[in-house]
Amino acid sequence: MFNLTLSELSQALSRGEYSSRELTQAFLDRIQSLDTQYNSFITISEEQAIEQAKAADAIRAAGKATRLTGLPIAHKDLFCTQGIRTSCGSKMLDNFISPYNATLVERLNQAGMVTLGKTNMDEFAMGSSNESSYYGAVKNPWDAGRVPGGSSGGSAAAVAARLIPASTGSDTGGSIRQPAALCGITGLKPTYGRISRYGMIAYASSFDQAGPMTRTAEDAALLLQAMAGEDPLDSTSSTQAVPDYTSTLNDNLSGLRIGLPKEFFAEGTDPLILQRVQEAVAEFEKMGATVKEISLPNTQLSIPSYYILAPAEASSNLSRFDGVRYGHRCDTPKDLEDLYKRTRAEGFGAEVKRRIMVGTYALSEGFYDAYYRKAQQIRRVIQQDFIDALNEVDVIMAPVTPCSAFHLGEKNSDPVSMYMEDIFTLSLNLAGLPGISIPCGFADHLPVGLQVIGNYFAEGKLLNIAHQYQQVTAWHQQAPANLSED
Amino acid sequence: MSLDRSDVERIAHLARIAIDDSEIPEYTESLNSILTLIDQLQATSTDGITPLAHPMDAVQRLREDEVTECNQRDRLQACAPAVEEGLFLVPKVIE
Repeated sequence: MFNLTLSELSQALSRGEYSSRELTQAFLDRIQSLDTQYNSFITISEEQAIEQAKAADAIRAAGKATRLTGLPIAHKDLFCTQGIRTSCGSKMLDNFISPYNATLVERLNQAGMVTLGKTNMDEFAMGSSNESSYYGAVKNPWDAGRVPGGSSGGSAAAVAARLIPASTGSDTGGSIRQPAALCGITGLKPTYGRISRYGMIAYASSFDQAGPMTRTAEDAALLLQAMAGEDPLDSTSSTQAVPDYTSTLNDNLSGLRIGLPKEFFAEGTDPLILQRVQEAVAEFEKMGATVKEISLPNTQLSIPSYYILAPAEASSNLSRFDGVRYGHRCDTPKDLEDLYKRTRAEGFGAEVKRRIMVGTYALSEGFYDAYYRKAQQIRRVIQQDFIDALNEVDVIMAPVTPCSAFHLGEKNSDPVSMYMEDIFTLSLNLAGLPGISIPCGFADHLPVGLQVIGNYFAEGKLLNIAHQYQQVTAWHQQAPANLSED
Repeated sequence: MSLDRSDVERIAHLARIAIDDSEIPEYTESLNSILTLIDQLQATSTDGITPLAHPMDAVQRLREDEVTECNQRDRLQACAPAVEEGLFLVPKVIE
Protein backbone atom coordinates (compact mmCIF):
# COMPACT_ATOMS: atom_id res chain seq x y z
CA MET A 1 0.00 0.00 0.00
CA PHE A 2 2.97 2.35 0.55
CA ASN A 3 3.50 2.79 -3.17
CA LEU A 4 -0.11 3.77 -3.83
CA THR A 5 -1.16 7.35 -4.50
CA LEU A 6 -3.86 9.19 -2.54
CA SER A 7 -6.23 8.52 -5.39
CA GLU A 8 -5.48 4.78 -5.38
CA LEU A 9 -5.66 4.55 -1.59
CA SER A 10 -9.01 6.33 -1.72
CA GLN A 11 -10.34 3.67 -4.07
CA ALA A 12 -8.95 0.91 -1.85
CA LEU A 13 -10.72 2.42 1.17
CA SER A 14 -14.00 2.68 -0.68
CA ARG A 15 -13.69 -0.94 -1.86
CA GLY A 16 -13.20 -1.91 1.80
CA GLU A 17 -9.77 -3.49 1.24
CA TYR A 18 -8.74 -2.00 4.55
CA SER A 19 -10.06 0.56 7.00
CA SER A 20 -8.59 3.99 7.61
CA ARG A 21 -7.65 2.69 11.07
CA GLU A 22 -5.55 -0.07 9.46
CA LEU A 23 -4.09 2.25 6.84
CA THR A 24 -3.14 4.80 9.48
CA GLN A 25 -1.50 2.20 11.69
CA ALA A 26 0.48 0.81 8.75
CA PHE A 27 1.89 4.22 7.87
CA LEU A 28 2.57 5.07 11.54
CA ASP A 29 4.52 1.81 11.90
CA ARG A 30 6.46 2.56 8.73
CA ILE A 31 7.35 6.05 9.95
CA GLN A 32 8.44 4.67 13.33
CA SER A 33 10.67 2.05 11.79
CA LEU A 34 12.19 3.98 8.86
CA ASP A 35 12.29 7.67 9.71
CA THR A 36 15.36 7.22 11.89
CA GLN A 37 17.18 7.13 8.51
CA TYR A 38 15.70 10.39 7.18
CA ASN A 39 14.67 12.57 10.15
CA SER A 40 11.76 13.85 8.08
CA PHE A 41 9.32 14.13 11.00
CA ILE A 42 9.62 16.42 14.02
CA THR A 43 6.47 15.14 15.72
CA ILE A 44 4.42 11.99 15.17
CA SER A 45 0.85 12.51 16.35
CA GLU A 46 -0.12 8.88 16.81
CA GLU A 47 -2.94 9.30 19.33
CA GLN A 48 -4.75 12.03 17.41
CA ALA A 49 -4.22 10.16 14.13
CA ILE A 50 -5.91 7.05 15.43
CA GLU A 51 -8.85 9.11 16.73
CA GLN A 52 -9.18 10.84 13.34
CA ALA A 53 -8.96 7.48 11.52
CA LYS A 54 -11.70 5.98 13.68
CA ALA A 55 -13.89 9.00 13.00
CA ALA A 56 -13.16 8.68 9.25
CA ASP A 57 -14.19 5.02 9.31
CA ALA A 58 -17.45 5.99 11.02
CA ILE A 59 -18.11 8.64 8.36
CA ARG A 60 -17.48 6.08 5.64
CA ALA A 61 -19.79 3.57 7.34
CA ALA A 62 -22.47 6.28 7.36
CA GLY A 63 -22.03 6.71 3.60
CA LYS A 64 -20.70 10.27 3.90
CA ALA A 65 -17.08 9.79 2.78
CA THR A 66 -15.39 12.24 0.39
CA ARG A 67 -12.47 11.22 -1.82
CA LEU A 68 -10.08 12.35 0.92
CA THR A 69 -11.84 10.73 3.90
CA GLY A 70 -9.53 8.50 5.89
CA LEU A 71 -6.36 9.25 3.90
CA PRO A 72 -3.13 9.99 5.77
CA ILE A 73 -1.25 13.27 5.43
CA ALA A 74 1.59 15.08 7.23
CA HIS A 75 1.81 18.83 7.67
CA LYS A 76 4.89 20.98 7.45
CA ASP A 77 5.61 22.10 11.00
CA LEU A 78 4.72 25.73 10.31
CA PHE A 79 1.00 24.98 10.02
CA CYS A 80 -0.66 25.35 13.40
CA THR A 81 -2.27 22.12 14.57
CA GLN A 82 -4.48 22.30 17.62
CA GLY A 83 -3.12 20.19 20.47
CA ILE A 84 -0.03 19.13 18.48
CA ARG A 85 3.34 20.85 18.85
CA THR A 86 4.00 23.37 16.07
CA SER A 87 7.73 24.17 16.23
CA CYS A 88 8.48 25.82 12.86
CA GLY A 89 11.80 23.97 13.08
CA SER A 90 12.93 26.35 15.83
CA LYS A 91 14.02 26.16 19.44
CA MET A 92 11.88 29.29 19.83
CA LEU A 93 8.70 27.21 19.42
CA ASP A 94 9.98 23.87 20.73
CA ASN A 95 7.38 24.01 23.50
CA PHE A 96 4.55 25.60 21.48
CA ILE A 97 1.30 23.66 21.34
CA SER A 98 -1.04 25.58 19.11
CA PRO A 99 -4.44 26.50 20.55
CA TYR A 100 -6.01 26.47 17.07
CA ASN A 101 -5.74 24.94 13.60
CA ALA A 102 -4.48 26.68 10.49
CA THR A 103 -7.36 27.08 8.01
CA LEU A 104 -5.64 24.68 5.62
CA VAL A 105 -5.39 22.04 8.38
CA GLU A 106 -8.99 22.67 9.37
CA ARG A 107 -10.18 22.18 5.78
CA LEU A 108 -8.27 18.94 5.30
CA ASN A 109 -9.59 17.73 8.67
CA GLN A 110 -13.12 18.60 7.54
CA ALA A 111 -12.53 16.58 4.38
CA GLY A 112 -11.73 13.64 6.66
CA MET A 113 -7.95 13.44 6.26
CA VAL A 114 -5.84 11.95 9.04
CA THR A 115 -2.81 13.91 10.30
CA LEU A 116 0.05 11.53 11.06
CA GLY A 117 2.51 14.18 12.17
CA LYS A 118 4.50 17.31 11.51
CA THR A 119 7.40 17.38 9.10
CA ASN A 120 10.88 18.79 9.51
CA MET A 121 11.80 22.08 7.87
CA ASP A 122 14.41 24.81 7.77
CA GLU A 123 13.98 27.04 10.81
CA PHE A 124 11.10 29.47 10.15
CA ALA A 125 11.22 28.28 6.51
CA MET A 126 14.51 30.08 5.94
CA GLY A 127 16.75 27.80 3.95
CA SER A 128 17.14 25.65 0.85
CA SER A 129 18.63 22.51 2.38
CA ASN A 130 16.72 21.77 5.60
CA GLU A 131 20.03 22.08 7.46
CA SER A 132 18.92 25.09 9.52
CA SER A 133 16.33 23.05 11.46
CA TYR A 134 16.74 22.99 15.25
CA TYR A 135 15.82 19.29 14.96
CA GLY A 136 18.70 18.43 12.65
CA ALA A 137 19.10 17.99 8.93
CA VAL A 138 16.84 15.78 6.85
CA LYS A 139 18.48 13.17 4.60
CA ASN A 140 17.51 12.80 0.96
CA PRO A 141 15.97 9.32 0.46
CA TRP A 142 17.80 9.02 -2.89
CA ASP A 143 21.18 9.50 -1.21
CA ALA A 144 21.45 9.87 2.55
CA GLY A 145 24.62 11.94 2.19
CA ARG A 146 22.70 14.66 0.38
CA VAL A 147 20.14 17.31 1.32
CA PRO A 148 16.44 16.97 0.45
CA GLY A 149 16.22 20.68 -0.35
CA GLY A 150 14.28 23.16 1.70
CA SER A 151 12.56 24.64 3.37
CA SER A 152 9.85 21.94 3.03
CA GLY A 153 12.59 19.26 3.11
CA GLY A 154 10.87 16.95 5.58
CA SER A 155 7.62 17.04 3.62
CA ALA A 156 9.44 16.16 0.38
CA ALA A 157 11.64 13.44 1.89
CA ALA A 158 8.70 11.78 3.69
CA VAL A 159 6.69 11.56 0.44
CA ALA A 160 9.71 10.34 -1.56
CA ALA A 161 10.46 7.66 1.06
CA ARG A 162 6.82 6.51 0.96
CA LEU A 163 6.44 7.33 4.67
CA ILE A 164 3.32 9.28 3.78
CA PRO A 165 1.39 9.52 0.50
CA ALA A 166 1.13 13.33 0.63
CA SER A 167 2.14 16.32 2.69
CA THR A 168 1.68 20.06 2.87
CA GLY A 169 4.43 22.57 2.25
CA SER A 170 4.92 26.29 1.97
CA ASP A 171 6.78 28.24 -0.69
CA THR A 172 8.19 31.72 -0.05
CA GLY A 173 11.07 31.57 -2.54
CA GLY A 174 10.94 27.98 -3.83
CA SER A 175 10.40 25.99 -0.64
CA ILE A 176 7.87 23.60 -2.21
CA ARG A 177 9.27 23.31 -5.73
CA GLN A 178 12.98 22.98 -4.93
CA PRO A 179 12.68 20.10 -2.40
CA ALA A 180 10.06 18.46 -4.66
CA ALA A 181 12.63 18.55 -7.49
CA LEU A 182 15.51 17.28 -5.32
CA CYS A 183 13.42 14.42 -3.92
CA GLY A 184 11.66 13.43 -7.16
CA ILE A 185 8.07 14.27 -6.19
CA THR A 186 5.32 16.64 -7.39
CA GLY A 187 5.05 20.03 -5.66
CA LEU A 188 2.64 22.84 -6.47
CA LYS A 189 3.07 26.46 -5.42
CA PRO A 190 -0.30 28.09 -6.15
CA THR A 191 -0.96 31.74 -6.96
CA TYR A 192 -0.39 34.07 -4.00
CA GLY A 193 -3.60 34.10 -1.95
CA ARG A 194 -5.10 30.92 -3.45
CA ILE A 195 -4.81 29.14 -0.08
CA SER A 196 -5.41 30.90 3.23
CA ARG A 197 -2.33 31.84 5.26
CA TYR A 198 -4.28 31.82 8.54
CA GLY A 199 -2.38 29.72 11.06
CA MET A 200 0.67 29.39 8.82
CA ILE A 201 3.55 30.86 10.80
CA ALA A 202 4.64 33.91 8.82
CA TYR A 203 8.05 34.35 7.23
CA ALA A 204 7.47 36.94 4.46
CA SER A 205 3.77 37.64 4.24
CA SER A 206 3.61 39.07 0.71
CA PHE A 207 5.34 35.92 -0.62
CA ASP A 208 4.25 33.01 1.61
CA GLN A 209 1.97 30.51 -0.08
CA ALA A 210 1.00 26.99 0.99
CA GLY A 211 0.62 24.08 -1.40
CA PRO A 212 0.39 20.30 -1.76
CA MET A 213 3.36 17.91 -2.07
CA THR A 214 2.40 14.58 -3.59
CA ARG A 215 3.60 11.87 -5.92
CA THR A 216 1.22 12.75 -8.77
CA ALA A 217 -0.47 15.81 -10.24
CA GLU A 218 -3.82 14.09 -9.79
CA ASP A 219 -3.23 13.89 -6.03
CA ALA A 220 -2.12 17.53 -5.97
CA ALA A 221 -5.41 18.46 -7.66
CA LEU A 222 -7.40 16.53 -5.05
CA LEU A 223 -5.62 18.30 -2.21
CA LEU A 224 -5.68 21.77 -3.75
CA GLN A 225 -9.42 21.40 -4.23
CA ALA A 226 -9.85 21.00 -0.49
CA MET A 227 -7.23 23.57 0.53
CA ALA A 228 -8.03 26.51 -1.76
CA GLY A 229 -10.53 29.29 -1.34
CA GLU A 230 -11.39 32.52 0.38
CA ASP A 231 -11.05 32.63 4.14
CA PRO A 232 -12.58 35.35 6.31
CA LEU A 233 -9.64 34.85 8.70
CA ASP A 234 -7.07 35.87 6.02
CA SER A 235 -7.89 39.14 4.31
CA THR A 236 -5.20 38.44 1.68
CA SER A 237 -6.83 35.17 0.62
CA SER A 238 -8.24 35.41 -2.88
CA THR A 239 -11.97 35.82 -3.50
CA GLN A 240 -11.68 34.14 -6.93
CA ALA A 241 -13.92 31.10 -7.27
CA VAL A 242 -12.14 27.74 -6.99
CA PRO A 243 -12.58 25.69 -10.18
CA ASP A 244 -12.92 21.89 -10.27
CA TYR A 245 -9.26 20.97 -10.70
CA THR A 246 -9.84 17.27 -11.32
CA SER A 247 -12.31 17.87 -14.17
CA THR A 248 -9.64 19.49 -16.39
CA LEU A 249 -6.80 17.01 -15.78
CA ASN A 250 -7.45 15.25 -19.07
CA ASP A 251 -7.85 18.30 -21.29
CA ASN A 252 -6.05 18.00 -24.62
CA LEU A 253 -2.74 19.88 -24.84
CA SER A 254 -2.77 20.28 -28.61
CA GLY A 255 -1.92 23.89 -29.46
CA LEU A 256 -0.46 24.66 -26.03
CA ARG A 257 2.10 27.45 -26.40
CA ILE A 258 5.21 26.81 -24.30
CA GLY A 259 7.82 29.49 -23.67
CA LEU A 260 11.41 28.66 -22.75
CA PRO A 261 13.11 31.67 -21.10
CA LYS A 262 16.64 31.85 -22.46
CA GLU A 263 17.92 33.20 -19.13
CA PHE A 264 16.89 29.92 -17.45
CA PHE A 265 18.84 27.83 -19.95
CA ALA A 266 22.11 29.76 -19.77
CA GLU A 267 25.48 28.58 -18.49
CA GLY A 268 25.78 27.82 -14.81
CA THR A 269 23.18 25.06 -14.74
CA ASP A 270 24.12 21.38 -14.78
CA PRO A 271 23.96 20.40 -18.50
CA LEU A 272 22.31 17.10 -17.54
CA ILE A 273 19.45 19.02 -15.92
CA LEU A 274 18.99 21.16 -19.03
CA GLN A 275 18.99 17.99 -21.14
CA ARG A 276 16.25 16.38 -19.01
CA VAL A 277 14.15 19.54 -19.22
CA GLN A 278 14.57 19.68 -23.02
CA GLU A 279 13.51 16.02 -23.24
CA ALA A 280 10.42 16.82 -21.19
CA VAL A 281 9.57 19.74 -23.47
CA ALA A 282 9.88 17.35 -26.45
CA GLU A 283 7.21 15.13 -24.86
CA PHE A 284 4.83 18.08 -24.91
CA GLU A 285 5.66 18.77 -28.55
CA LYS A 286 4.61 15.19 -29.30
CA MET A 287 1.25 16.06 -27.69
CA GLY A 288 0.85 18.98 -30.07
CA ALA A 289 2.34 21.83 -28.08
CA THR A 290 4.40 24.53 -29.77
CA VAL A 291 7.63 25.87 -28.30
CA LYS A 292 9.30 29.24 -28.59
CA GLU A 293 12.17 31.01 -26.90
CA ILE A 294 11.16 33.91 -24.68
CA SER A 295 13.06 36.28 -22.42
CA LEU A 296 12.74 37.15 -18.74
CA PRO A 297 15.53 39.71 -18.92
CA ASN A 298 15.68 40.70 -15.25
CA THR A 299 15.92 37.20 -13.79
CA GLN A 300 19.31 37.95 -12.21
CA LEU A 301 17.78 40.78 -10.18
CA SER A 302 15.28 38.48 -8.51
CA ILE A 303 17.80 37.22 -5.94
CA PRO A 304 18.94 40.63 -4.63
CA SER A 305 15.36 41.93 -4.69
CA TYR A 306 14.04 38.92 -2.80
CA TYR A 307 16.87 39.00 -0.24
CA ILE A 308 15.90 42.54 0.69
CA LEU A 309 12.13 42.18 0.73
CA ALA A 310 11.79 38.77 2.38
CA PRO A 311 14.21 39.54 5.27
CA ALA A 312 12.55 42.95 5.71
CA GLU A 313 9.15 41.30 6.11
CA ALA A 314 10.72 38.61 8.30
CA SER A 315 12.31 41.16 10.63
CA SER A 316 8.87 42.61 11.22
CA ASN A 317 6.99 39.30 11.43
CA LEU A 318 9.46 37.68 13.80
CA SER A 319 9.38 40.59 16.24
CA ARG A 320 6.41 38.79 17.80
CA PHE A 321 8.82 36.28 19.35
CA ASP A 322 9.62 38.25 22.47
CA GLY A 323 9.35 35.70 25.28
CA VAL A 324 6.07 37.16 26.55
CA ARG A 325 3.08 35.43 24.95
CA TYR A 326 4.35 32.07 23.69
CA GLY A 327 7.48 30.15 22.93
CA HIS A 328 10.93 30.28 24.48
CA ARG A 329 11.77 32.70 27.30
CA CYS A 330 15.24 33.19 28.74
CA ASP A 331 15.87 32.51 32.43
CA THR A 332 15.84 35.34 35.00
CA PRO A 333 15.74 38.41 32.74
CA LYS A 334 17.01 41.49 34.57
CA ASP A 335 14.82 43.92 32.62
CA LEU A 336 12.52 43.99 29.58
CA GLU A 337 15.31 44.60 27.08
CA ASP A 338 17.33 41.73 28.52
CA LEU A 339 14.21 39.53 28.22
CA TYR A 340 13.84 40.34 24.52
CA LYS A 341 17.49 40.13 23.61
CA ARG A 342 18.44 36.92 25.37
CA THR A 343 15.16 35.19 24.50
CA ARG A 344 15.76 35.91 20.81
CA ALA A 345 19.49 35.13 20.96
CA GLU A 346 18.76 31.73 22.53
CA GLY A 347 15.61 30.90 20.56
CA PHE A 348 16.71 31.70 16.99
CA GLY A 349 19.38 29.92 14.96
CA ALA A 350 22.13 31.61 12.93
CA GLU A 351 20.34 31.90 9.56
CA VAL A 352 17.17 33.33 11.15
CA LYS A 353 19.25 35.90 13.04
CA ARG A 354 21.11 36.82 9.84
CA ARG A 355 17.88 37.43 7.93
CA ILE A 356 16.32 39.42 10.78
CA MET A 357 19.43 41.60 10.89
CA VAL A 358 19.54 42.08 7.10
CA GLY A 359 15.87 43.07 7.16
CA THR A 360 16.33 45.35 10.14
CA TYR A 361 19.20 47.08 8.37
CA ALA A 362 17.28 47.43 5.08
CA LEU A 363 14.38 49.07 6.92
CA SER A 364 16.50 51.26 9.19
CA GLU A 365 16.53 55.02 8.99
CA GLY A 366 18.37 56.37 5.98
CA PHE A 367 18.47 53.08 4.03
CA TYR A 368 14.79 52.57 3.22
CA ASP A 369 14.88 54.16 -0.24
CA ALA A 370 18.14 52.51 -1.28
CA TYR A 371 17.02 49.04 -0.29
CA TYR A 372 13.36 48.40 0.44
CA ARG A 373 11.81 50.85 -2.02
CA LYS A 374 14.34 49.95 -4.71
CA ALA A 375 13.66 46.24 -4.25
CA GLN A 376 9.90 46.84 -4.52
CA GLN A 377 10.46 48.70 -7.78
CA ILE A 378 12.52 45.79 -9.12
CA ARG A 379 9.72 43.51 -7.98
CA ARG A 380 7.37 45.28 -10.36
CA VAL A 381 9.94 45.05 -13.19
CA ILE A 382 10.18 41.29 -12.67
CA GLN A 383 6.41 40.94 -12.54
CA GLN A 384 6.10 42.91 -15.78
CA ASP A 385 8.60 40.56 -17.48
CA PHE A 386 6.30 37.64 -16.64
CA ILE A 387 3.15 39.50 -17.73
CA ASP A 388 4.77 40.29 -21.10
CA ALA A 389 5.98 36.70 -21.54
CA LEU A 390 2.59 35.23 -20.62
CA ASN A 391 0.97 37.41 -23.28
CA GLU A 392 2.99 35.47 -25.85
CA VAL A 393 2.76 31.95 -24.45
CA ASP A 394 0.36 29.92 -22.27
CA VAL A 395 2.98 28.51 -19.91
CA ILE A 396 6.69 28.79 -19.24
CA MET A 397 8.87 25.71 -18.77
CA ALA A 398 12.25 25.74 -17.06
CA PRO A 399 14.47 23.85 -14.64
CA VAL A 400 13.60 24.10 -10.94
CA THR A 401 17.18 24.14 -9.70
CA PRO A 402 20.62 24.76 -11.21
CA CYS A 403 21.99 21.53 -9.69
CA SER A 404 20.60 18.30 -8.28
CA ALA A 405 20.69 17.44 -4.56
CA PHE A 406 23.97 18.65 -3.07
CA HIS A 407 25.93 17.12 -0.21
CA LEU A 408 25.04 17.84 3.39
CA GLY A 409 27.31 20.64 4.57
CA GLU A 410 28.33 21.66 1.04
CA LYS A 411 26.68 25.09 1.02
CA ASN A 412 25.92 25.45 4.68
CA SER A 413 28.79 27.73 5.62
CA ASP A 414 28.19 30.31 2.87
CA PRO A 415 24.70 31.86 2.95
CA VAL A 416 25.08 33.53 -0.45
CA SER A 417 25.91 30.27 -2.26
CA MET A 418 22.81 28.77 -0.63
CA TYR A 419 20.71 31.74 -1.83
CA MET A 420 21.80 31.15 -5.45
CA GLU A 421 20.05 27.78 -5.26
CA ASP A 422 16.73 29.68 -5.60
CA ILE A 423 17.55 31.48 -8.87
CA PHE A 424 14.85 29.68 -10.91
CA THR A 425 12.14 29.64 -8.26
CA LEU A 426 11.96 32.90 -6.40
CA SER A 427 11.07 35.22 -9.28
CA LEU A 428 7.63 33.54 -9.24
CA ASN A 429 7.14 34.48 -5.62
CA LEU A 430 8.08 38.08 -6.41
CA ALA A 431 5.40 38.07 -9.12
CA GLY A 432 2.90 35.97 -7.11
CA LEU A 433 2.51 33.45 -9.94
CA PRO A 434 1.82 29.71 -9.65
CA GLY A 435 4.39 27.04 -10.51
CA ILE A 436 4.65 23.28 -10.30
CA SER A 437 7.66 20.99 -10.08
CA ILE A 438 7.33 17.48 -11.52
CA PRO A 439 9.95 14.74 -11.85
CA CYS A 440 11.41 14.58 -15.39
CA GLY A 441 14.32 12.15 -15.08
CA PHE A 442 17.67 11.84 -13.40
CA ALA A 443 21.10 13.44 -13.45
CA ASP A 444 23.73 11.03 -12.10
CA HIS A 445 21.04 8.97 -10.33
CA LEU A 446 19.53 12.02 -8.62
CA PRO A 447 16.03 13.33 -9.46
CA VAL A 448 15.55 16.33 -11.74
CA GLY A 449 12.48 18.57 -11.68
CA LEU A 450 10.67 20.30 -14.52
CA GLN A 451 9.12 23.61 -13.55
CA VAL A 452 5.92 24.72 -15.27
CA ILE A 453 4.90 28.32 -14.64
CA GLY A 454 1.44 29.63 -15.47
CA ASN A 455 -0.58 32.80 -15.33
CA TYR A 456 -2.41 33.96 -12.19
CA PHE A 457 -4.91 31.34 -11.00
CA ALA A 458 -3.89 28.91 -13.78
CA GLU A 459 -3.42 26.06 -11.28
CA GLY A 460 -5.92 23.96 -13.24
CA LYS A 461 -3.84 24.33 -16.41
CA LEU A 462 -0.59 23.48 -14.59
CA LEU A 463 -2.14 20.37 -13.07
CA ASN A 464 -3.57 19.41 -16.47
CA ILE A 465 -0.12 19.73 -18.07
CA ALA A 466 1.60 17.83 -15.26
CA HIS A 467 -1.03 15.09 -15.33
CA GLN A 468 -0.75 14.62 -19.10
CA TYR A 469 3.03 14.34 -18.77
CA GLN A 470 2.58 11.74 -16.04
CA GLN A 471 0.32 9.72 -18.34
CA VAL A 472 3.11 9.26 -20.90
CA THR A 473 6.17 9.09 -18.61
CA ALA A 474 7.01 7.09 -15.50
CA TRP A 475 9.51 9.39 -13.77
CA HIS A 476 7.01 10.19 -11.01
CA GLN A 477 6.69 6.47 -10.23
CA GLN A 478 10.39 5.95 -9.57
CA ALA A 479 11.27 5.23 -5.97
CA PRO A 480 14.63 5.32 -4.21
CA ALA A 481 16.20 1.87 -4.65
CA ASN A 482 16.85 1.06 -1.01
CA LEU A 483 13.25 1.45 0.18
CA SER A 484 11.61 -1.59 1.68
CA GLU A 485 8.45 -2.59 -0.16
CA ASP A 486 5.25 -3.74 1.46
CA MET B 1 28.96 49.94 1.54
CA SER B 2 30.50 47.68 4.11
CA LEU B 3 29.47 47.11 7.72
CA ASP B 4 31.93 47.22 10.57
CA ARG B 5 31.77 45.90 14.10
CA SER B 6 29.81 48.85 15.50
CA ASP B 7 27.24 48.65 12.66
CA VAL B 8 26.62 45.01 13.47
CA GLU B 9 26.24 45.81 17.17
CA ARG B 10 23.77 48.57 16.32
CA ILE B 11 21.71 46.34 13.98
CA ALA B 12 21.63 43.54 16.56
CA HIS B 13 20.40 46.05 19.14
CA LEU B 14 17.67 47.33 16.78
CA ALA B 15 16.62 43.71 16.16
CA ARG B 16 16.72 43.03 19.94
CA ILE B 17 19.08 40.10 19.56
CA ALA B 18 21.89 39.69 22.10
CA ILE B 19 25.15 39.06 20.35
CA ASP B 20 28.41 37.79 21.90
CA ASP B 21 31.64 39.59 21.14
CA SER B 22 32.97 36.31 19.80
CA GLU B 23 30.15 36.10 17.24
CA ILE B 24 30.61 39.58 15.81
CA PRO B 25 33.35 38.80 13.26
CA GLU B 26 31.29 35.97 11.77
CA TYR B 27 28.12 38.08 11.54
CA THR B 28 30.06 41.00 10.09
CA GLU B 29 31.48 38.77 7.37
CA SER B 30 28.22 37.04 6.46
CA LEU B 31 26.13 40.23 6.56
CA ASN B 32 28.68 41.94 4.33
CA SER B 33 28.56 39.13 1.79
CA ILE B 34 24.74 39.38 1.75
CA LEU B 35 24.96 43.16 1.34
CA THR B 36 27.32 42.70 -1.60
CA LEU B 37 24.68 40.46 -3.16
CA ILE B 38 21.76 42.84 -2.61
CA ASP B 39 23.78 45.88 -3.66
CA GLN B 40 23.65 44.48 -7.23
CA LEU B 41 20.30 46.24 -7.45
CA GLN B 42 21.91 49.66 -7.28
CA ALA B 43 23.24 49.31 -10.85
CA THR B 44 19.71 49.18 -12.27
CA SER B 45 17.80 52.41 -12.84
CA THR B 46 14.28 52.30 -11.42
CA ASP B 47 13.30 55.93 -11.94
CA GLY B 48 9.56 56.37 -12.27
CA ILE B 49 8.67 52.76 -11.44
CA THR B 50 5.90 52.39 -8.87
CA PRO B 51 7.00 50.07 -6.05
CA LEU B 52 5.12 46.76 -5.89
CA ALA B 53 4.11 45.96 -2.31
CA HIS B 54 1.78 43.09 -3.03
CA PRO B 55 1.75 40.78 -6.08
CA MET B 56 -1.95 41.42 -6.74
CA ASP B 57 -1.73 45.15 -5.94
CA ALA B 58 -4.53 44.34 -3.51
CA VAL B 59 -5.90 46.69 -0.90
CA GLN B 60 -6.96 45.76 2.60
CA ARG B 61 -10.45 44.31 2.73
CA LEU B 62 -12.61 45.53 5.57
CA ARG B 63 -15.48 43.80 7.32
CA GLU B 64 -18.33 45.06 9.45
CA ASP B 65 -17.19 46.09 12.92
CA GLU B 66 -19.02 43.34 14.75
CA VAL B 67 -18.02 41.11 17.65
CA THR B 68 -17.32 37.76 16.05
CA GLU B 69 -15.10 36.02 18.59
CA CYS B 70 -15.81 34.85 22.09
CA ASN B 71 -13.40 35.40 24.97
CA GLN B 72 -10.87 32.58 25.07
CA ARG B 73 -8.17 34.21 27.15
CA ASP B 74 -7.41 31.21 29.34
CA ARG B 75 -7.02 28.90 26.36
CA LEU B 76 -4.79 31.32 24.48
CA GLN B 77 -2.67 32.01 27.55
CA ALA B 78 -2.08 28.33 28.18
CA CYS B 79 1.02 28.46 25.96
CA ALA B 80 2.48 31.62 27.59
CA PRO B 81 5.72 31.35 29.57
CA ALA B 82 4.46 33.32 32.59
CA VAL B 83 0.92 34.48 33.42
CA GLU B 84 -0.89 35.48 36.59
CA GLU B 85 -4.60 36.20 36.95
CA GLY B 86 -4.98 36.59 33.20
CA LEU B 87 -2.00 38.91 32.82
CA PHE B 88 1.27 38.23 30.99
CA LEU B 89 4.21 38.65 33.37
CA VAL B 90 7.24 40.67 32.28
CA PRO B 91 10.15 42.22 34.23
CA LYS B 92 9.27 45.44 36.02
CA VAL B 93 9.16 48.35 33.53
CA ILE B 94 7.94 51.22 35.74
CA GLU B 95 9.81 52.07 38.93
